[in-house]
Amino acid sequence: MRIGIVCPYSWDVPGGVQFHIRDLAEHLIRWGHEVSVLAPADDETPLPPYVVSAGRAVPVPYNGSVARLNFGFLSAARVRRWLHEGTFDVIHIHEPTSPSLGLLACWAAQGPIVATFHTSNPRSRAMIAAYPILQPALEKISARIAVSEYARRTLVEHLGGDAVVIPNGVDVDVFAKAEAKSEWQGGTLGFIGRIDEPRKGLPVLMKALPKILAERPETRLLVAGRGDEEEAVATLPVELRDRVEFLGMVSDEDKARLLRSVDVYVAPNTGGESFGIILVEAMSAGAPVLASDLDAFAQVLNQGGAGELFANEDADALASSALRLLGDPGRRAELQERGSAHVRRFDWSTVGADILSVYETVTDGAASVAADERTGLRARFGLASRD
Amino acid sequence: MVRAAVALPPVTSTLIWIAVVLFAVGLYLSWTAGRLDRLHARIDASRAALDAQLLRRASVAQELATSGVLDPAASIVLYEATHAARQAEEDHREVAESDLSQALRAVFGELDQVEAVRAAPGGEEAALELAAAVRRVPMARRFHNDSVRAARALRRHRKVRWFRLAGHAPFPMAFEMDDEPPAALADRATN
Repeated sequence: MRIGIVCPYSWDVPGGVQFHIRDLAEHLIRWGHEVSVLAPADDETPLPPYVVSAGRAVPVPYNGSVARLNFGFLSAARVRRWLHEGTFDVIHIHEPTSPSLGLLACWAAQGPIVATFHTSNPRSRAMIAAYPILQPALEKISARIAVSEYARRTLVEHLGGDAVVIPNGVDVDVFAKAEAKSEWQGGTLGFIGRIDEPRKGLPVLMKALPKILAERPETRLLVAGRGDEEEAVATLPVELRDRVEFLGMVSDEDKARLLRSVDVYVAPNTGGESFGIILVEAMSAGAPVLASDLDAFAQVLNQGGAGELFANEDADALASSALRLLGDPGRRAELQERGSAHVRRFDWSTVGADILSVYETVTDGAASVAADERTGLRARFGLASRD
Repeated sequence: MVRAAVALPPVTSTLIWIAVVLFAVGLYLSWTAGRLDRLHARIDASRAALDAQLLRRASVAQELATSGVLDPAASIVLYEATHAARQAEEDHREVAESDLSQALRAVFGELDQVEAVRAAPGGEEAALELAAAVRRVPMARRFHNDSVRAARALRRHRKVRWFRLAGHAPFPMAFEMDDEPPAALADRATN
């Protein structure tokens, strides 16, 4: 099958959507399909052979933060050329509502279009204003995928219609077979995520830490992620600061080894999550997970069956749950076992097969994707000769 | 400004404005008709895909029912349901397909039954096919009903009703059925 995938965000900036697309493309190629990914990228960035650059993304303030987006004539022309040269059986657009390549591709293509909705943003004013413009583009999508039941619910509320739920994929075995690192073992808590992004929840964990250390002073917190380390520990009493170890940005391999080593992985995120891939990775590596009870997290953790949940933003609840887990190896082993069984459904072998069935369902008997030729003025009034 | 330069009589300029507005309205209506046309094509395609998946499910289930792998009672129940689903007239289709879903759930409700099918010669493949079929029917149905909803939303709009842009296309109907797959076959799916 010839598959075209559209990535809305810069390929050179790491992010969940980009990783998802990279893994999906590589799995599909391994299964013998032809895949081309259209993504914004700088001309100098080295790209994998299956990625086609749609030009440099422009940083624009959008939706409360600075997003790097692609729009304008040049990008639209590149999208059209890519569609024309690719002659795809199906195109798979990610985040079709973001004002970037996804929307441009949706506008410019016709034929079997699959779209994945990753975020579950609360309805924004821009979306309401743009609705009449979005609708004609969105109604071309033949199949919608939401990454979680929560994302599906937001999608249905905001745009109407329906979607199938296919979770994000993880290479479970990569994490399950990673080697633990001895210096990261022994009474350790793990945290992975942007340090300076409050929604990732590090401040909540920092608030809970004194209470945890009061009872178990040998505990260490390992933090992997970008951001200002000084500022992160500013709220912590000086004598406790050496119990926090910053690892900076870690490689994929080290991330797997870290998750394999820690006694408890803590995800104190306070919001803005529509899936929680990191929890799946932690469970794949066999780390017992303690997460805030966001809708998306509760779903990934099987409503608390595969990992423990604490009340969101409640540092005391986090501290007591963490202490209970650290002091109970039996419970940790139980969570490990349940987690490992639970994550199988998120393995790429399952997720990729499901995405492929969506492709096959929409391409059944349909023509291939083509550029949507605008009807000329004369043809609209029946003046042009039929060809 | 134009009037000052060319000095058109007011009647002519009004006529020109009316023509411009009519032209713009015509363009907009034509574009909307194009949108609607595309939606109708999408409904046809998704309905064909749904039919294909339903037929596939009924065929795999019928093969299993006549294969002798299942016990006689289960075989008869399943055969009855698949036969009814394949022969159903258009207005009984939803009921017949729902009955088949129920029969499949009754027969393959237990993991043991699925294991028994897998153990039979060629059973591994049949079990995989059935699992794929029961997973794809709800998918195809969701895609179909989504296209129906989009078309209905546009067709309810004033501009479409007043100018009869939908032409003679029948009002699109959603396909309502019970498509819950048997638990033992769909255990990998996230609720």
